[in-house]
Amino acid sequence: MIHSLFLINPSGDIFLEKHWKSVVSRSVCDYFLEAKEKALEPEDVPPVIHTPRHYLISIYRDKLFFLSVIQTEVPPLFVIEFLHRVAEMIQDYFGECSETVVKDNMVMVYELLEEMLDNGFPLATESNVLKEMIRPPTILRSVVNTLTGTSNIGDTLPTGQLSTIPWRRAGVKYTNNEAYFDVVEEIDAILDQSGTTVFAEIQGVVGACVKLSGMPDLTLSFMNPRLLDDVSFHPCVRYKRWESERVLSFIPPDGNFTLMTYHVNAQNLVAIPVYVKQSISFFESGSGGRLDVTVGPKQTMGKTVEGVMVTVHLPKTILSVNLTATQGSYTYDNGTKLLVWDIGKLNPQKLPNLRGSLSLQAGAPKPEENPSLNIDLKIQQLAISGLKVNRLDMFGEKYKPFKGVKYITKAGKFQVRT
Amino acid sequence: MLRLVWLHKTENERRVMIARGKNASDLFPAVVKNVACKNIEVKKLVYVYLVRYAEEQQDLALLSISTFQRGLKDPNQLIRASALRVLSSIRVTIIVPIMMLAIKEAASDMSPYVRKTAAHAIPKLYSLDPEQKDCLIEVIEKLLADKTTLVAGSVVMAFEEVCPERIDLIHKNYRKLCNLLIDVEEWGQVVIINMLTRYARTQFLNPNMNEGGGEKKKTEATAIVRRKPYVMDPDHRLLLRNTKPLLQSRNAAVVMAVAQLYFHLAPKAEVGVIAKALVRLMRSHSEVQYVVLQNVATMSIKRRGMFEPYLKSFYIRSTDPTQIKVLKLEVLTNLANETNISTILREFQTYIKSNDKDFVAATIQAIGRCATNIGEVRDTCLNGLVQLLSNRDELVVAESVVVIKKLLQMQPEQHSDIIKHMAKLTDNIQVPMARASILWLIGEYCEHVPKIAPDVLRKMAKTFTNEEDIVKLQIINLAAKLYLTNSKQTKLLTQYVLNLAKYDQNYDIRDRARFIRQLIVPTDKSGALSKYAKKLFLALKPAPVLESPFKDRDHFQLGSLSHLLNAKAGGYQVLPDWPEAAPDPSVRNVEVKESVRAVETVTARDRGPLGAPQNQRGQSSGEDEKKSEKKSKPRIGSSESESEEDNDSESESSESEEESEEESEEEIKKKKKTHTHTQRDKTHTFYIGVQMFATICKPAWLNMQFLLNPLPVSVPQTIVPSGNLKTYELLHRITGEGLSVEYCFSRQPFSPDPHMVAVKIQFTNSATSEAKSLHVEDAKLQSGMRIKEFPEIEVLPAGETVSVVMGIDFCDSTQAANFQLCTHTRKFFVSIQPPVGELMMPIFMTENEFKKEQGQLMGMNEITEKLTLEEKCQGEHAIVQRVTTAANLSRVPCGSDKECRFAGKTVTSGSLVLVSVVTKENGAAQLTVNCEKMVIGTMLVKDILQALTQ
Repeated sequence: MIHSLFLINPSGDIFLEKHWKSVVSRSVCDYFLEAKEKALEPEDVPPVIHTPRHYLISIYRDKLFFLSVIQTEVPPLFVIEFLHRVAEMIQDYFGECSETVVKDNMVMVYELLEEMLDNGFPLATESNVLKEMIRPPTILRSVVNTLTGTSNIGDTLPTGQLSTIPWRRAGVKYTNNEAYFDVVEEIDAILDQSGTTVFAEIQGVVGACVKLSGMPDLTLSFMNPRLLDDVSFHPCVRYKRWESERVLSFIPPDGNFTLMTYHVNAQNLVAIPVYVKQSISFFESGSGGRLDVTVGPKQTMGKTVEGVMVTVHLPKTILSVNLTATQGSYTYDNGTKLLVWDIGKLNPQKLPNLRGSLSLQAGAPKPEENPSLNIDLKIQQLAISGLKVNRLDMFGEKYKPFKGVKYITKAGKFQVRT
Repeated sequence: MLRLVWLHKTENERRVMIARGKNASDLFPAVVKNVACKNIEVKKLVYVYLVRYAEEQQDLALLSISTFQRGLKDPNQLIRASALRVLSSIRVTIIVPIMMLAIKEAASDMSPYVRKTAAHAIPKLYSLDPEQKDCLIEVIEKLLADKTTLVAGSVVMAFEEVCPERIDLIHKNYRKLCNLLIDVEEWGQVVIINMLTRYARTQFLNPNMNEGGGEKKKTEATAIVRRKPYVMDPDHRLLLRNTKPLLQSRNAAVVMAVAQLYFHLAPKAEVGVIAKALVRLMRSHSEVQYVVLQNVATMSIKRRGMFEPYLKSFYIRSTDPTQIKVLKLEVLTNLANETNISTILREFQTYIKSNDKDFVAATIQAIGRCATNIGEVRDTCLNGLVQLLSNRDELVVAESVVVIKKLLQMQPEQHSDIIKHMAKLTDNIQVPMARASILWLIGEYCEHVPKIAPDVLRKMAKTFTNEEDIVKLQIINLAAKLYLTNSKQTKLLTQYVLNLAKYDQNYDIRDRARFIRQLIVPTDKSGALSKYAKKLFLALKPAPVLESPFKDRDHFQLGSLSHLLNAKAGGYQVLPDWPEAAPDPSVRNVEVKESVRAVETVTARDRGPLGAPQNQRGQSSGEDEKKSEKKSKPRIGSSESESEEDNDSESESSESEEESEEESEEEIKKKKKTHTHTQRDKTHTFYIGVQMFATICKPAWLNMQFLLNPLPVSVPQTIVPSGNLKTYELLHRITGEGLSVEYCFSRQPFSPDPHMVAVKIQFTNSATSEAKSLHVEDAKLQSGMRIKEFPEIEVLPAGETVSVVMGIDFCDSTQAANFQLCTHTRKFFVSIQPPVGELMMPIFMTENEFKKEQGQLMGMNEITEKLTLEEKCQGEHAIVQRVTTAANLSRVPCGSDKECRFAGKTVTSGSLVLVSVVTKENGAAQLTVNCEKMVIGTMLVKDILQALTQ
């Protein structure tokens, strides 16, 4: 299956290589680097590259390329999914996934990779299992380790490996037993020039942070589960129970995890929390143009819209911008032609507006396409679909846990065409 | 000081690691020395290093092998597993036999984790030495029968790599795999689902065969009418049913695997369910999107209706990477039909304005394809494209020209003004493909534009030398066509062009020019062909079909690498076509008992709610239920949980062994019965005259009591009369060539090692000559087992009998210990298999202790059976006698005379074994066994039941 893994930074340096079978020379990456040169953006590098002797499957994540070398037929998604797990694992262990972090924790990353795959086939990918085998670094522990010469490697087989619930480690103990759930909904939308919705849908994620002792068996129910159209679950969720009763019944992993993701029924009309009035025009003469954008609240269910941000990829021929914002501040990067207007909280009484002139490079023709606006926003304490958690029950343990649910609505891929 | 050394070592190791890129093999000897190091981190790092460089430093790597061999016998399953893992990763051919042996042993290990590791080791060995294939297939076959979810994924992976063609190995395991699927870890699920897709294609009938292609159905209607209605094989249904929940997996690879399974195997009406899940994956990372869209593109050609409701999910955002945009466009084009084409075209119009020119070009092609497929919108599309001809971007114009050319070919008569318009473009457009397309159009339809065509040729002749090859060819083409239709005006021009072409650098062009000259210009030598020149050049050309590049890609299994590349990747297994007639479905039948078991183990996850904790106890019927109950108990401290795990693994592993052993044990029991009758009245009077009794029949529990009591008793082991104990034959007189060997379990503690079961072996030499140097050799043991051999018997004279005692640590399992018995001339393979009752030794307990311990071994550790006692066996004495004969236990005093209690502990691990028999009226009784080791408990219940009821 997976033969080797290379980690490559954006400038094309290979800073980590790991082989699970015989060693593959790093020159194999040249094919990839070539493709990377050709691509304008790192996202444009094809995920699967065919070389004479190998297949290269790569992902681009957190500004790093994870490149795996394959020799025989294997489902590409299998590899891609695994590479993402590697990235998530690094993130989980060290707080972020970046070149410096990997370099600083080289030995541990190696140990982790060694445990994650055996002969190229995934062995232990559950974070709870890995953490029992190789304990994540903490400042205290590294001090103790240096002084005593003990190591971060557990010498027992993680119980999860053997049980039917591999995602939970055994012997969990907390003094404060807490279970928090975050319902995060993202609105994906495309609005056209006139403000009509071309396409809109809501995607939700129920994230959880469960710190409960022992082996709790949780049941989470919703007030209105009918809203949920398509769901995917963490392996811990009992599917049959969901099918018959529409409740989530599970023995949770320890710590942070994504309990479920869902898609809200397409029949329901999606409430669009903001409207955008915009006009971007360029003069026929080709010397410049005007930009005028106003953002206002629309269907906000009485909540305040926060963290509003408008991002515009201006045409390549723009030379400079001269704008004034009535609220918030804007930045413009002439290298990437990226205009970011950070508005902050929306005030319904005084609508924020950004207007001014754009100047084009001398002699450049009038741009054909008006740039589209990407909107970012956040609404606290609201799930825009109306989804509500009804109750959380715990079985199997005696203590009383502390429970909490938080709702957030965000903009996902929210685009306004102009 | 010591600590410093440790630190230094670790540091050194770290440096080695950090030198990963460069060749660090010069450090090899120094590093390999650390392999026996106790520090587990250093050890692991050495493993990593060793595996990495062993191939380059083979001789030195061999030095470390013995350490791993030792590790393979370690009682800790983690160490056994990691030793096997590293051993099998060392790519040195010399050790292939050692690896083979290790894999075989590990495949029947008690711990499923070790067996899983064995499954992982199989492909490693296979890639190192493909000649081991046959042996490895045997191991795979064995592991495929494994009933634990842990092993299933790994062994199917091994199957796929080593012997994917041996589909027959799957038959017996098919239903089990289907049922276990949901509990297998994600990665295993992917592999199993892909394999089962292939399997199903060979074993079941096409569920859509009666629907066939539309026209085919009409023409062959009569033939089909009599075909018997299709009934889906229940196994086919089972697969579809059990995979469906996995569409909800968080793992994209699993979802894709199920989706392809449904696409390839499900009846048309049911395929639709996968669309929603696939659309969901499109929200994932862009790489996932890329792969999913490729597959959706292929699916949407065959089953357009499936994705139509999700049309809008494929709308393109300006922020999508180009490759995603192009794929979405492909899907949108595939989904276009009469009803939605107007919406799609409106979307396309937005896309054309994009800054991303590659994407615009792809959009124009997409419009072209929509126009060819849907006649109603052809004119609208054509008009739209013509407008694009005035676009400022040359690439856009060029692409439009190419597409317009293709569209015009369908109905050229009505569009002479478009052709005229395009003719004018030749002055401006520089893109070769576009120029070539225009020239071809003018040439082809020169009769529609009689005035313009010669003029275009004139201009082209002027620039001929500077044109690209593809354009030159079209100029020659145009010239030839004009010469044939309008030779008066163009004769000279054609001659001129052909002359230019004659001296062109490109031989294709020279060749073409020569060919055309011969064909069209009449000379005396010109052949028969020139008569037909007009027909040749101006034949009606069929309109091109604009096809999706994803058409017919579904002959590759979807979701595979080969499908993505549209080329066969190494190791790809072709997805076979449905069979004409279904192969015999009975091959998948397994004995009822087994299949019931399989169903029971369906899902730990889906078993539904565990409900309130108080309901959890005692309601369960299947073993699996009990297991999960145990899981849901809180755990205190890691040491306890580990031992619990050990038990668990054991119980899982020996589920399969149980069945086979049951019978043999029953037989043994029967035989034993007959031997022990004589002993009956003595054994239960155990408190009286202990000492005296001990020398007579010596059940081992008595000895234990001596040890517990301060009485100093040493019992000479070899003089125990064996007549009262059941003896088994180890070697028959005939096979042994006069040497017969019998053994019995003497029930005495084995003094050199308290964790071993003492086995008394009696040699009788009935041959005429003396036997020399009798000893044990080459023990082949299950991992964890140990043997303490008896001292070599130097001479056994003819007619003599001698007894010796050897110790065997059976690791609390009833697996046989195999070894060779050697004389000075011959070797005999023999094996000793213990009845479960012999794996324990008695311990002394008070009534209160017994109750307390029993209280702690509730739930899954407790097995209760109701029984009716046999007539002869209804007294307390009889019960005690029979139980102590069946198992090496001691009686615990009890206040009630309705109850008999016995206690013991297993020899190896010292787990408690508590037995109580409560008698009621009319010979009814209840037997309760409490034991931490569930397997021992279950087997013991069977044995005691038999002893009491027969």
